[in-house]
Amino acid sequence: MWFFKCPEFFFGEDALSQLEMLPGKRAFIVTDANIAKLGFFDIVQKTLANASIDSQIFAEVEPDPSLQTVQRGADAMLAYEPDWIIGLGGGSSMDAAKAMWILYERPGIEPESISPMEDLGLRQKAKLICIPTTAGTGSEANYGIVLTDTAEKRKLTLGSREATPDIAIVDPMFTKNLPAFITADTGIDVLSHAIEAYSCGWANDFTDGLCLQAARMVFQYLPRAVADGPNDEEAREKMANAASIAGITLGNSQVALAHAMGHSAGALFKKIPHGRITAIFLPYTIEFVANGGVGRYADLAAMVGLPASEEAEAAQKLANATRSLMRQLNLPTSLQEAGIAATELEEHMETLVEHVMIDTNTLMSRRIPEFDEIEQLFQCAFDGRSVDF
Amino acid sequence: MGIQFGTDEWVKAVMAALNESAGYAEAAKNWEGDFYFVIDEGPGVPETIYLYMDLWHGQCRDAFKVANASEKSPVFELSAPLKVWRGVLEKKIDPIQGLVTRRLKLKGPMMKVMKAPKAAIELVEACAQLDTDWPEA
Repeated sequence: MWFFKCPEFFFGEDALSQLEMLPGKRAFIVTDANIAKLGFFDIVQKTLANASIDSQIFAEVEPDPSLQTVQRGADAMLAYEPDWIIGLGGGSSMDAAKAMWILYERPGIEPESISPMEDLGLRQKAKLICIPTTAGTGSEANYGIVLTDTAEKRKLTLGSREATPDIAIVDPMFTKNLPAFITADTGIDVLSHAIEAYSCGWANDFTDGLCLQAARMVFQYLPRAVADGPNDEEAREKMANAASIAGITLGNSQVALAHAMGHSAGALFKKIPHGRITAIFLPYTIEFVANGGVGRYADLAAMVGLPASEEAEAAQKLANATRSLMRQLNLPTSLQEAGIAATELEEHMETLVEHVMIDTNTLMSRRIPEFDEIEQLFQCAFDGRSVDF
Repeated sequence: MGIQFGTDEWVKAVMAALNESAGYAEAAKNWEGDFYFVIDEGPGVPETIYLYMDLWHGQCRDAFKVANASEKSPVFELSAPLKVWRGVLEKKIDPIQGLVTRRLKLKGPMMKVMKAPKAAIELVEACAQLDTDWPEA
């Protein structure tokens, strides 16, 4: 037995106007300072005003939001008493909005205990809308919440099916003028989601087709969105949709080893954005899983135009195509290229491996690595060396 | 002939298997917390069965069947009907999916469990090695 859960989607040009149809009185908008500066908050606020909904902004979400930030936002919500929570921004703002919403509904709960096993009893006070302003994280489409425990320097992967947004608004207006490097860093995350959700142990009939479609769209449209984003409206819209499509697969299927390694490394090497660092690990983990004879990459490879006669060949082609795509997007394909020094890797290796070992996503891999294999994987990803074990 | 599931002999065999498992020792090296594994009353189980296990830093320090649930007050209680336990131990049900869908019901501090997913997998792995006889459901 398994399940499939997703929000109601409004997508395409003018999707934001859906906010004008909302009932309710007060909306609490969770975002970051940059989004507020770009004027996106004003656009959302004006649209809400057309529905006679007042709004308040919390623009203090930092990249990789901390438990402390989430608590501050929840306190502000408790004071304002909104009936809508709106997560506006990238994954950090949307994840923070989900966590703040849970603490607003359940003030006593320990954020770390937010899990699918806990009855949260949400939607007594408010409902959740997520509006992505990047095309990558897919957080608008699922119940996952990634927060950072700053004390332990560790990312916490939390979630509850109840935290699935009620509504996701995917309007390409928000990503139209995204700088090329952010488009690349976030867009490549869509590929990591699609490939891992298709190839992990929790893949299922309901998510397979979504993964294949999202992977195909990334190879087709991400280079165009990076090269000429402001003018290539089709590429922007397709990438916005691809991000949500892949986002749906998270939670309904799962991500796996590349994400576990990305979470671990991302918490220590904070200068590297989530999408970039996770994608660096993707080809190496494809090779590792395929070398164990348990890969599931043939359909993915075929879908992106790389047919192969056997699974191992398909995996290698897919790993190589991922590296080629990353080079085309000016993204690093190794930790070394990403600016991490050998001494930094050595200094943190034990912690890096430990955090991968306790990351739930590691267990979703069709091949679960042992301690020394994780260490070797980090070393390969540092050197830019294909995995041969 | 195997060991009858849900008996004192069976849980002691699990203890022995865990204490021989290098995988469990590594994955659960930071684990502190005892458990009731509860087999709900239902087909094949005339009355609810409570199996106690004291799990501590990668070892099982004690394990036995209790006659009465009030005998111990473990930190965690993991319960399910017989058919779900069988599905998990025969690896037809992923234990984490079982928890997410609440076919396996867990009482206790979730936070702690979320930090030890590999330990749960290794525990199932050790149980799955046993030659278990299942009651007729």
